[in-house]
Amino acid sequence: MTEALKLTDLSKSFPIGKRMFGPPRAMVHAVQPIHLSVTTGETLGIVGESGCGKSTLAKMLVGLLPSTTGQIEIEGAVLDNADPALFGKRIQYVFQDPISSLNPRKTIRQIMEVPLRKLHGKNKAERAARISEIFAAVNLREEFLDRYPHEFSGGQAQRIGIARALAAEARILIFDEPVSALDVSVQAQVLNLLADLKDQFGLTYLFISHDLAVVEAVSDRVAVLYFGSVVEIGSAREIFAHPRHPYTALLAQSAPEVGRPIAAPESAETELPDPLSPPVGCAFNERCPNATDLCRKDRPALKPDESGREFACFNPI
Amino acid sequence: MMAFLKLLARNRLALAGLIVIWIVVFLALITPLLPLADPDVTDTPNRFKAPFSEGAVLGTDHLGRDLLSRLMWGTRLSLAMGVAAAIIAATLGSAIGIIAGYFGGRTDNIIMRGVDMLMAFPYILLALAIVAALGPGLMNALFAVAAVNVPFFARNIRGITVGVAHKEFVDAVRLAGMRDSEIILREVLPNVLPVIVIGMSTTVGWMILETAGLSFLGLGSQPPQADLGSMLGEARSALITNPHTSIVPGAMILIIVMGINLLGDGVRDALDPRLKSGALSRPMPATEVDRRETTRAQTDSLLDIAGLQTEFRVRNRVYKAVGGVDLHVEKGECLGIIGESGSGKSVTALSVMGLVASPPGVITGGAVHFDGDDIIGAKYEVLRSLRGRRVAYIFQDPLATLHPLYKIGDQLIEAIQTHETISKSAARSRAIDLLKSVRIPNAENRIDSYPHEMSGGMRQRVGIAMALANDPDVIIADEPTTALDVTVQAQILSVLNDLRRERGLAILFITHDFGVVGQLCDRVAVMYAGKIVEEGPTDAVLRNPQHPYTSRLIDCVPTLGGGQRKLAAIPGLPPVVDRLPDGCAFADRCDKVQMECRSGAIDLAATAPARKTRCLFPENTQEASA
Repeated sequence: MTEALKLTDLSKSFPIGKRMFGPPRAMVHAVQPIHLSVTTGETLGIVGESGCGKSTLAKMLVGLLPSTTGQIEIEGAVLDNADPALFGKRIQYVFQDPISSLNPRKTIRQIMEVPLRKLHGKNKAERAARISEIFAAVNLREEFLDRYPHEFSGGQAQRIGIARALAAEARILIFDEPVSALDVSVQAQVLNLLADLKDQFGLTYLFISHDLAVVEAVSDRVAVLYFGSVVEIGSAREIFAHPRHPYTALLAQSAPEVGRPIAAPESAETELPDPLSPPVGCAFNERCPNATDLCRKDRPALKPDESGREFACFNPI
Repeated sequence: MMAFLKLLARNRLALAGLIVIWIVVFLALITPLLPLADPDVTDTPNRFKAPFSEGAVLGTDHLGRDLLSRLMWGTRLSLAMGVAAAIIAATLGSAIGIIAGYFGGRTDNIIMRGVDMLMAFPYILLALAIVAALGPGLMNALFAVAAVNVPFFARNIRGITVGVAHKEFVDAVRLAGMRDSEIILREVLPNVLPVIVIGMSTTVGWMILETAGLSFLGLGSQPPQADLGSMLGEARSALITNPHTSIVPGAMILIIVMGINLLGDGVRDALDPRLKSGALSRPMPATEVDRRETTRAQTDSLLDIAGLQTEFRVRNRVYKAVGGVDLHVEKGECLGIIGESGSGKSVTALSVMGLVASPPGVITGGAVHFDGDDIIGAKYEVLRSLRGRRVAYIFQDPLATLHPLYKIGDQLIEAIQTHETISKSAARSRAIDLLKSVRIPNAENRIDSYPHEMSGGMRQRVGIAMALANDPDVIIADEPTTALDVTVQAQILSVLNDLRRERGLAILFITHDFGVVGQLCDRVAVMYAGKIVEEGPTDAVLRNPQHPYTSRLIDCVPTLGGGQRKLAAIPGLPPVVDRLPDGCAFADRCDKVQMECRSGAIDLAATAPARKTRCLFPENTQEASA
């Protein structure tokens, strides 16, 4: 098994309260140092709530944001200066909002040609041939090419976004909430298309979502992110059925499910920790039913158990 | 282009401006071809000839030059100066604005502080200073006027560019290998161009005035060359004795500037995207009602919706968003309405209190009985007294519904005092109680927070508290948890559920999430293309769906614990509601479709006690009756 993507010590901090001279007032650690690797052909799901750093992580992976520390290794090559044009050939990104990721004043053909022209320097005939190939793969009709983005429904626009990512011929694709803006009947169409494309082109996926059921349905492995750190990582089949970290358990309990009575899984006072004054010790300790004094003092590291599941908790379930 | 002209022509004043400007520009263009006297030849014996005299239609000036000829040549020059200044200012200003807005950070800071410094001087002083430094002359006046107007464009375009540069499509082309310069020219510029055009069309008139002003002071066009400003300046000394020499160029300036300003306003309105959807006017306080007959209530429930039809009339198209919906909610009951986007679920909810924006929304049929009275077409005062007091709404995005500049406490107090005369301190303690009832911790302090200081979940609790402010009988919740995280959603749902039990609230809960409906609602109605396709007790509908759409939709939704798998998808898309097919709207996507399905309207028929399905071949009927 080869590693498609390897992250070593990758982190991102944003300065808060910039001053004209001198250091900023404070730093917010959006992503704490992360070690992660994704094997070729795998789908790694990343789940977490808003503000957990999952989009920041994704933007670093494609070079849209420079990382503060650490390095990104894609298919064995280290890419450490954030240049989307260099990343583009190896790793591509599919955006959450399909409509706003397409320039409203360009035809679909113009949008599709950019990666072929800029990344691969193809001539006109080659571009046309490649576009028809890709459009066939994502089940879009070629007559769409001369239309403008606003003429498409969300599901069609998301297919166009996927087609554009495929045009770059990257073998790793990052999906940032690719179906959360779509209706459920269309969502299933897009998810199935993704599965087909993966088999057809031998792709590796990073699938970011807040919807646990969707992530479980598409992923091989799942990483749970909380407050900028990976708190648990394991096989998709097991992780929600038998969570070890209390936060994973909380997520799994909160997902609405037919037939389960309503019960707030935690008290009303709980809120996400304040990024400006992060809690000492485990970031989850204020919400955790199992928290002990140790949790309020030290931060647990991500460690594997005997079955290979990794979690960062002193008192696992 | 034709569509643009049509939109422009809708505005009569803009059309008049367009015609005036067209005539003036046309005359200015053909001036060299006209048989006019030489504008610069002096003829002192014939000075100050009155208008309509022999050989000089508009008379002559203090040097005996033909005024008509000078007017035509002067107009030509002034127009050219104004347009040239506008183009120079727009090009420079937009370039500065785009660069500042696109790169942001320090670049933006340095450039915009420079622009601010330019703006700190009164414009005419600045223009005078520039001309004084460069020396009087036409070109220098042109540069001065252009320079003075650069900040206007720079600031406007910077604002728009900041919005465009953070759009996802810019990130997307960056990942496709485009460099900054190319992104600015090929991706950003086309999106800010309409704003530049609007800016130019509204400032050309202003620039003509400014160049005329400089010429009037003798700093622009130099004698004997005529432009409108210098003509006025030369005529100044004879203002009392020979007023026509001033009136002629003055009237022309008035005509040009008026024409350009009217046209500019028209261009701005026509390019404004909001106008294209046909909604320039402010919406009316209640939805327009245009129904032929009233419908009687079908039940004596607290809220009874019978045969409700709401459509949107946009130009010559009619979108039947709600096509005959029957629903009823009892006290203490929670009714779920489930459907995809465009199914008409939100429009149904908004129609209840006449909150659909009119134009373009019109209620064309049916009735909504609240507590026995039909409130469709009721007087605005009646609706106003019901809204918030007896029927309250909770919307999806609390950040959009709460006013960002007022403390949440003040907004709650206002909601209470609107329907009740009560002292401010009493209202405040009521507001604190309300915040406590939605389980906001530390309510006494939180009441003085601004909306942006709270998390999404806390804001939605404030939204609920506001809905509860006047102890309503019915709460209509339109996707109240869709924007929230799952852990927060679970908390909000439990708050709503407790409130319903404690206060006997009737809840109309609109969502697209089966899991939420399954947990919260007693009954559920499934909507598709503006109609209810299935209705019944939640458990029965979710367990044994009878309409093929319901069952396919349930299959589409992945549930936790299913493992990695292929999902069932519904092929195709929902129909557009301005071209609904005859018969079943789901026919094209249904795998069990028969000839009869497409032949005519299908009724919502009872299939089991308390269950109704709009299908000729319902599924699961055995299990339901068993």
